[in-house]
Amino acid sequence: MSTSLLMFLLFIAVTLGITYWASKRSLGANAFFAAGRRITGWQNGVAIAGDYMSAASFLGIAGLIAFSGYDGFMYSVGFLVAYLTVLLVIAEPLRNAGKYTMADVLAYRLSPRPVRAMAALSTLTVSTFYMIAQMVGAGALVALLLKGSGISFQTAVIGVGVLMIVYVVFGGMLATTWVQIVKAILLMAGTILLSILVLAHFSFNLSDFFAAVGHVTYHDHGQVVVKDFLVPGLRYKPPYGALDLISLGAALIFGTAGLPHILVRFYTVPDAKTARNSVVWATVLIGAFYIMTTFLGFGAATIVGRDFIVTHGGTNMSAPLLAQSLAGDIFFAFISAIAFATILAVVAGLTISASTSFAHDFWTNVIHKGVERRPGEEVLVARISAFVVGAASIVLAVVLGPTANVAFLVGLAFAVAASANLPVIVLSIFWRRFNTAGAVTGLAVGLLGSIGLILVSPSLMAIDPPTVVGAARHLIQAKAWFPLENPGILSIPLGFIGAIVGTLLSHEPSSQHKFNELLVRSNTGLGSEKATAA
Amino acid sequence: MANAVVNPKSVQQEQYKASQTTWDGIAETTEFKDLMATKRVFIVPAFVFFVVYYFLLPILVGYAPDLMKTRIGPVNFAYVFALSQFVVVWVIAGLYVKAANNFDRLAKDIVEKAHNVQGGK
Repeated sequence: MSTSLLMFLLFIAVTLGITYWASKRSLGANAFFAAGRRITGWQNGVAIAGDYMSAASFLGIAGLIAFSGYDGFMYSVGFLVAYLTVLLVIAEPLRNAGKYTMADVLAYRLSPRPVRAMAALSTLTVSTFYMIAQMVGAGALVALLLKGSGISFQTAVIGVGVLMIVYVVFGGMLATTWVQIVKAILLMAGTILLSILVLAHFSFNLSDFFAAVGHVTYHDHGQVVVKDFLVPGLRYKPPYGALDLISLGAALIFGTAGLPHILVRFYTVPDAKTARNSVVWATVLIGAFYIMTTFLGFGAATIVGRDFIVTHGGTNMSAPLLAQSLAGDIFFAFISAIAFATILAVVAGLTISASTSFAHDFWTNVIHKGVERRPGEEVLVARISAFVVGAASIVLAVVLGPTANVAFLVGLAFAVAASANLPVIVLSIFWRRFNTAGAVTGLAVGLLGSIGLILVSPSLMAIDPPTVVGAARHLIQAKAWFPLENPGILSIPLGFIGAIVGTLLSHEPSSQHKFNELLVRSNTGLGSEKATAA
Repeated sequence: MANAVVNPKSVQQEQYKASQTTWDGIAETTEFKDLMATKRVFIVPAFVFFVVYYFLLPILVGYAPDLMKTRIGPVNFAYVFALSQFVVVWVIAGLYVKAANNFDRLAKDIVEKAHNVQGGK
């Protein structure tokens, strides 16, 4: 048995232990959906970091920086700055006025059923896109990391899927939270170690390190090229590069505040002040992590080299290969296990937010008009939907296969969150005139606008040479109609315009009458959901 | 530990309930208007500042490549500017926490007053 596999199994054993412990405490809706609202500020901050720093961050960004230098680092900046939107605008009102989902806040003064139905649809869309990307990535990655153990893509996908179902169905939010905390601590430890090793390689001389970054040598189309990896423009090139970066930036800094799996974390703490402190903890951890991505990425570019990474698994393997070249197979196994833990914690977070939204918004409030017919029904429905969400993701990931072009799905998840969720949350908290018709059109226009623009973007529309076959081929073989990879720059304004026009074209006095209640609740915490007794 | 299971209904009943007139009344008080004004004074400029500062990054990358290439010690302006974004995030987050202690104080008075009014009924 390989060392990597052994470390994977160790992590699985620890997390299953956590799940068993949590399962005895996940009784009742508050416990299952919100961990009893008794998570402390630092715990929630670490869990947010664990929920957020996906394999796309750890492996993806390290790889992007290793291959595109500075342009990859721009993702890191956007991912962190996003937390100021969360901190200043979203976290506290949401905690004060909501119960389990973002739709709770919308439902206060708007007609609950249409608004919740649309919000649930948007939540499920964001979670599904994000999940498929993670699952396909997970399968390919685990198969690669455990090469030699005879574990195929399918086995890896099924394994990841079954584990996330077990965490969520049996351990609820409490188990999910602690899996995320353990993962975040491991990820930080691994990243710090790796950064120190990179600097040690350059005898802790930053000038030598950056001098090497200034002269990265690799082969491109058979030619030897030397590039300065600190100079922007290796990935985003004219004529649309700058616009694409602005569009991506908008999706990142406004999308994070609309990501359902991040938003549900604010219901796990006792009050708005703790929610605020948890965001501050998260910014410290996430910021430190993303600064270190430059050591990982530049380290991989200078120490391992692009040419070697290309022939040994591709961009996503940059960080593990760096670990291997600096400290051998045991460290490779350790970093691989962290990557695996990272994936599991993120998919568990996605599963619980999707199933919470289905059970609480759709089942209880849309279908049964807010009445729980039997005690515990909402939790039961959530457990069943977690199972269904997990099973469906396994099937989808296996059908799509390891070569599927899914990287755009994460961008799409952020774009939908920024274009559909964020406008309606912000307008419902801040705009007295806002109403149900506005919320429904805003969600619909934001959702359809971002999906539509992605469909006709270079991510899905391009003319491939005949050598590209199977799932790696672009869906539509034609020149892209929309030139940017990320639709944010157009779809976010569309979401706002949809919400505003829908509001102005309709008349709903009750939404304005109840605005004061939401205003007082969200700003003072009067009447907010309390933590359950231990 | 079966008695530790809290019936969601009983939690609901402990929650603050008030009529629409009460909510409107609270929204009209000077204390509440004070709270909103105090929040606005910090949050609006802070929000505008970080959004503008953040978008300067892709704008400069796209439209001022020569400025970004300017050497600063072992690195260049682009890298220093990106790192400065991290500092901005931490500084604004720190300042916000400080300012929010003040919001909490104002909000606490409003909440206590509301509970007292309800308890006295």
